Amino acid sequence: MDKSSLATGGLLSIPSLLQRNAQQFAAKPAYREKEFGIWQTWTWAEVQDEVDALALGLINLGVNEGDFIAIIGNNRPHLYWSMVAAQSVGAIPVPLYQDAAAEEMAYVLEHCGARFAIVEDQEQVDKVIEVQDRLHQFEHMIYLDPRGLRKYDHHKLHEFRHVQAQGRAARDEFTPDLAARRAKLDYASTCVMLYTSGTTGKPKGVVLSNRNIIESARNSCDFDNLRVGEEVLAYLPMAWVGDFIFSIGQAYWSGFCVNCPESAETMQTDLREIGPSYFFAPPRVFETMLTTVMIRMEDASPMKKWLFDRFMALAKRVGPAILDGKPVGAMDRAMYALGNMLVYGPLKNTLGFTNIRVGYTAGEAIGPEIFSFYRSLGINLKQLYGQTEATVFITVQPDGEVRADTVGVPAPGVELRIADTGEVFYRSPGVFEYYYKNAESTASTKDAEGWVATGDAGFIEPGSGHLRIIDRAKDVGKMADGSLFAPKYVENKLKFYPNILEAVVFGNARDRCCAFINIDLAAVGNWAERNNLSYSGYQELAGHPKVLDMVQAHVEEVNASVAADPMLSGCQIHRFLILHKELDADDGEMTRTRKVRRRIIEDKYADLIGALYDGSAQISTKTEVTYEDGRKGYISATLTLRDARVFPVTTQKVAAE
Amino acid sequence: MNAQMHPQDGYTTADGRNIGPVLMEMRNITLRFGGVKAITDISFDIREGEIRAIIGPNGAGKSSMLNVISGFYVPQDGEVWYKGQKRPPMKPFQVARLGIARTFQNIALFEGMTVLDNVMTGRLNHMKSGLIAQAIWKGRAEAEEVANREVVEKVIDFLEIQAIRKTPVARLPYGLKKRVELARALAAEPSLLLLDEPMAGMNVEEKEDMSRFILDVNDEFGTTICLIEHDMGVVMDLSDRVVVMDYGKKIGDGTPDEVRSNQAVIDAYLGVAHD
Repeated sequence: MDKSSLATGGLLSIPSLLQRNAQQFAAKPAYREKEFGIWQTWTWAEVQDEVDALALGLINLGVNEGDFIAIIGNNRPHLYWSMVAAQSVGAIPVPLYQDAAAEEMAYVLEHCGARFAIVEDQEQVDKVIEVQDRLHQFEHMIYLDPRGLRKYDHHKLHEFRHVQAQGRAARDEFTPDLAARRAKLDYASTCVMLYTSGTTGKPKGVVLSNRNIIESARNSCDFDNLRVGEEVLAYLPMAWVGDFIFSIGQAYWSGFCVNCPESAETMQTDLREIGPSYFFAPPRVFETMLTTVMIRMEDASPMKKWLFDRFMALAKRVGPAILDGKPVGAMDRAMYALGNMLVYGPLKNTLGFTNIRVGYTAGEAIGPEIFSFYRSLGINLKQLYGQTEATVFITVQPDGEVRADTVGVPAPGVELRIADTGEVFYRSPGVFEYYYKNAESTASTKDAEGWVATGDAGFIEPGSGHLRIIDRAKDVGKMADGSLFAPKYVENKLKFYPNILEAVVFGNARDRCCAFINIDLAAVGNWAERNNLSYSGYQELAGHPKVLDMVQAHVEEVNASVAADPMLSGCQIHRFLILHKELDADDGEMTRTRKVRRRIIEDKYADLIGALYDGSAQISTKTEVTYEDGRKGYISATLTLRDARVFPVTTQKVAAE
Repeated sequence: MNAQMHPQDGYTTADGRNIGPVLMEMRNITLRFGGVKAITDISFDIREGEIRAIIGPNGAGKSSMLNVISGFYVPQDGEVWYKGQKRPPMKPFQVARLGIARTFQNIALFEGMTVLDNVMTGRLNHMKSGLIAQAIWKGRAEAEEVANREVVEKVIDFLEIQAIRKTPVARLPYGLKKRVELARALAAEPSLLLLDEPMAGMNVEEKEDMSRFILDVNDEFGTTICLIEHDMGVVMDLSDRVVVMDYGKKIGDGTPDEVRSNQAVIDAYLGVAHD
């Protein structure tokens, strides 16, 4: 046993953590799920019983050690138990993105050679059946929700409850086997395999060991002092490493409670009812919430609006300082306390953030405005930087050192190195074992000493020691005149406007930059309503001249701010257009985690890019779209292209005059 | 499988569902409004577990027929037989107590109440406690409300409207209101469910959703469904047997395939030259 496993008290796997929790926190809530309008609770002892029953049932079905079990569905306690049950019998859980089309699932299922799948409902059953013929190793499927499945052929299809019942019936027979399999698990055994979202090319299966998961969970729990009694809401895809570390790693390590929403649409209501103390969300969620608040304030009575504006101005000035424990005048403190009673408290309650102790955002850059809005309310929102290969944590912001433009200092146990090319490298106990069946990629990502390339370009800020990320290393390019091209930097500035949902900037090896814009239908739609603009849908609104005017103003403001940075001033946007459809993961334009796939967009919309650079004022185009069920169709549109004002570089000389 | 079939017999549908004996039978129904004959001498039956459609061009008398079944209109001639017994003229609330629930063509929900409260009204016929008991909410009233709420929550879950549980109906879009109306009808746990143009005014996606719910209701709860619908594609896909009406008369009755090839039906829908 090495030193670090001694530090975890010999708890070398998730199933052994579960056994500890079932004894130590037996009557404490472990999972809650809202069903039929009521929160149902399972204690740690009950969870142990459920997991054991399922594990015995899996042995009964013939699951062998080393088998892969695909887990597909929304966040449900039963699916989390399935992962732990799979681990208990020595199998490896592989959670999949539940909104993926059957085709995408087929690739992953075939690549890992899953023999079993545990899925949520008919929708997922249908998808797996659709591709089943191509999966040679595939055998049994277990489903949670029997609705609509009564008439399906049940030779190889089993209901979750029945598998558990059979497991319970065979308890005497298989318990020694289960105990033996569980005893074999150690730090080196595989905990989970997660597929990357695949920004470029096919998804890769990242193999994470118990060491990766437990060490990362332990370090991060210590860092933020997470302990039993925390409440989290599990609503992000189960296939994503973040959800695995929060809802399984940290939850099992510290014994806190994981709450599962009733459905994806009720997330906001459920968030409010639970009032989590520890919360994680990508910037998009915070953006949407802020947009909703702002829209509703626009419609509020003048008195309320006045009160809101006044106190938000105060919060903006002194809120973050109060949160960081910095000195603030007595008068401001008193006013802030009043504001807390009248505005901030009720607002936090509405958002479900009343009890938040620690909140994180990651995945993308967050707008400084959005970030400071939440912090000024007294919500301890922080940023972290991580990736699947690192078991999430690379850098985190410590309390009191939180800023919008950095991603924090190296997380406990992480070493950082910046290569000559500007690419960020790290080494930590969380570094993944290998890519499954892909030695080549493993070798090119992780070197012999355990250093892993992040693929992101960044630098460590002198003085504070915080890491700043500029862009994806492979996206940073040179423009025709040799100046630096960092599309993400400009795109993020654009996306910080509530009206702009998505932006894609082009300009690598060209003489100037141009951009595609997606408007935010909720924000712009509300604006249109207030201004009596009628529209029938996204496409019409996106093509409206007034909307174009508004976006043009945003683009020009961004240009002005980009011009202030001499290094990146070449990235100002000369021409832009508003796309006639929203970029969508179903069309392959984004990853399931909603990251833009630049190459695919460049190919698909080559005609539009051409038009941006040849100076034409309008272009007609026809685009293929994929519907949720996989069918394809076309939409055609005529788009207006606009020129945006660019600004001369504000050099130091001007300032000196 | 039409007139020749014995009332006590059932049949098996193409997709393998077993249809039971006759649940409701209309015998020679004639309905007049003054001098206008809305329905002329129409007979058909609805069997347990089947999805039965009534179709026809505008003004054919479909809604009138549904209103006869639901007791809103009393026909001048003819008999209504339900569960093997002749049904005397009844008020709609009496018919509802017999286990017949319906939705309306132009949505009849309580706009100011939440979705949950609206669906709860569907349980009215299952509440036995008195006004005062309900007001002080003690003893039987409380137990009853809990039991009824459970049924309602299952319906809400079934129709996937959890997210709007506490939303006032007035704020909902049209397609969702239709779904709430279906929820209210289902909450009554009817043995016969009448749907008056469940897809009217819906877009393709909403129609697909609604069709799936109708099929699921029939499949999960075994509810017998009688529906009126304009969208021929929907009707032909959903229903086991179809009655076709035109100008108050029955011009066809049978499986969708039989009806589709019936010359009188084709003429009614496509029009014929009147010489």
